[in-house]
Amino acid sequence: MRAVTWQGRHKISVETVPDPEIVNPRDAIIRVTSTAICGSDLHLYDGYIPGMRAGDIVGHEFMGEVVETGASSTLKRGQRVVIPFTISCGQCFFCEKQQFSACDNSNPSETRNASELMMGHAMGGAFGYAHLTGGYAGGQAEYVRIPYSDVGPVIIPDDLADDDVLFLSDILPTGWQAAVNADIEPGDTVAVWGCGPVGLFAIQSALLLGAGRVIAIDHFPTRLALARKHGAEILDYTQVDIREALAEMTGGIGPDACIDCVGMESHGFTADNILDQVKVKMLSSTERIHALRQAILACRKGGRLSIPGVYGGFADKFPLGQLMEKGLTVKSGQTHVQRYAGELLDMIREGKFDTVSLISHHAPLEDAADMYRHWHDEQNLYTKIVLKPGLEKGAVSARQELQHA
Amino acid sequence: MPRHKTDLPDPLLLAAAGAGIAVLATGAALWQRRASRGRREEDEVIATDAPHWTLGKASPRALFGKSVLINRPRADLYAAWTPERFPEFMENVVSVDDLGDDVSQWTIKAPAGREVTLVNRITERIEDESIYWQSTPASDIANSGEVRFTDAPAGRGTYVSLILAYDPPAGKVGRIAAKLFPREPEVQARRDLHRFKQLMETGEVTSNASPSARSSESPAKPHI
Repeated sequence: MRAVTWQGRHKISVETVPDPEIVNPRDAIIRVTSTAICGSDLHLYDGYIPGMRAGDIVGHEFMGEVVETGASSTLKRGQRVVIPFTISCGQCFFCEKQQFSACDNSNPSETRNASELMMGHAMGGAFGYAHLTGGYAGGQAEYVRIPYSDVGPVIIPDDLADDDVLFLSDILPTGWQAAVNADIEPGDTVAVWGCGPVGLFAIQSALLLGAGRVIAIDHFPTRLALARKHGAEILDYTQVDIREALAEMTGGIGPDACIDCVGMESHGFTADNILDQVKVKMLSSTERIHALRQAILACRKGGRLSIPGVYGGFADKFPLGQLMEKGLTVKSGQTHVQRYAGELLDMIREGKFDTVSLISHHAPLEDAADMYRHWHDEQNLYTKIVLKPGLEKGAVSARQELQHA
Repeated sequence: MPRHKTDLPDPLLLAAAGAGIAVLATGAALWQRRASRGRREEDEVIATDAPHWTLGKASPRALFGKSVLINRPRADLYAAWTPERFPEFMENVVSVDDLGDDVSQWTIKAPAGREVTLVNRITERIEDESIYWQSTPASDIANSGEVRFTDAPAGRGTYVSLILAYDPPAGKVGRIAAKLFPREPEVQARRDLHRFKQLMETGEVTSNASPSARSSESPAKPHI
């Protein structure tokens, strides 16, 4: 089959690789019909995630059709399914507590030592995301082996198009969990850093969960326009001092909840971020946490900080004293996709989420290398890319230019 | 009003202060060590609740242990811990043959296609609680061990603890044994225990077997 592979920093290639096989009774194999490139794939692309090996198949947002099932899979051939990016057994202590991304069985014994050493405990398994999370092949491929297929996959009714439901695999539940973790109270002001796909879903989710207003922060005009379209007030950090603006918009107290949808590769030309860039280049730091610092300083006293943004290790100049003195509550973590996918599918059917406006491009799987480059270099134009296996190379379609509101 | 310029501390002074702190810290550590050595019998240290195999490991006999939480009742796990099932979750165990009278012969994979034989006798069984064993003189490697099953709190299942001791043998077998338990013997116990957990909780041993663009790997076999 054809598959998108990571070959090194900024090196992505589409290769012919062996087809996956059923190896355990609960496995299934799906033929991929749609597979998106995620913001967190950029962390792999930029070489920020340890534990990648040349030749790894990437991708963790995908859906398709069941083509083969193991003896105890509950899926049936021909069913359309969205696959959660987190691999979860459903039966360990963590899965029973609905903390699916902390599954204690999905990271196999061969790979768990590395993350146990780095994080203190082995991380749960995930598709296409380095050997720290189990070394499973990803979904930017024609076929994928799905472990524990009786627990994860979300069965999709035929009347819903791929684009409507694809993001149940990661970014919709991730944005939803980010808002849930912000413990929103009716009328709250919620600030969201980053208007990428997760930020856009966090905005929609915060409003659905009762926020009075959402203030979104970014600097790409297209992404800010999408945020406004979804109901947020918007701030461009190249135009204002974000902390001053947030304070002035909230009578000086700051937002009740702050959501960091940026993660380890903050943009911006503030002094702290430039120093972070230098330190990361010199391998003396693993992340650039400018957005997170700003969120902690901006948040109101006793407020809540939700961190869906991905971080990999030890941060520099983390404002711990500010966090403590202000009495912030922090919630974070990889998404418990299996916990939210069912109710979110219902909400999609009820029209509560706009899941398609953010898609800027549909492209053939064969064009993945170009698409990664665009996704990395042109974040204003490329707001979400969906890859389609089987399309002729070069058959890229872009959505109409978004009107700046 | 003119702004006062604050003098930065002299770098030499800073270095001297740093060296002073280091000397103090070393002195304190030495003093503490001498104090603990000079402790009299009646000042016996308090017995804590730490599992005994995690306490000071000065014995020449390699002793290690590992505990894992398994979300199943104690009796189920005790019943599943049988020699017939060991090859399902013990990575290096090729086969376990029952020689009768609670003695079993273990064939274990060793590097370069060789095999090591262990002959162990179960010395004690406490129903649903623990199993103890000890090697016989016929064993290539002298070893003993214990597996314990205790109820985890709040209905979380069972803590399973595997405690092993072995005499690192000399000679050819010793070299094989050293490779068999690479660097850290705990690694193997931990891996096997996690496979047991996977098998008991999910019904299968978790595998990341999947394709890659590395020609050395099979899509049907797990990889590191």
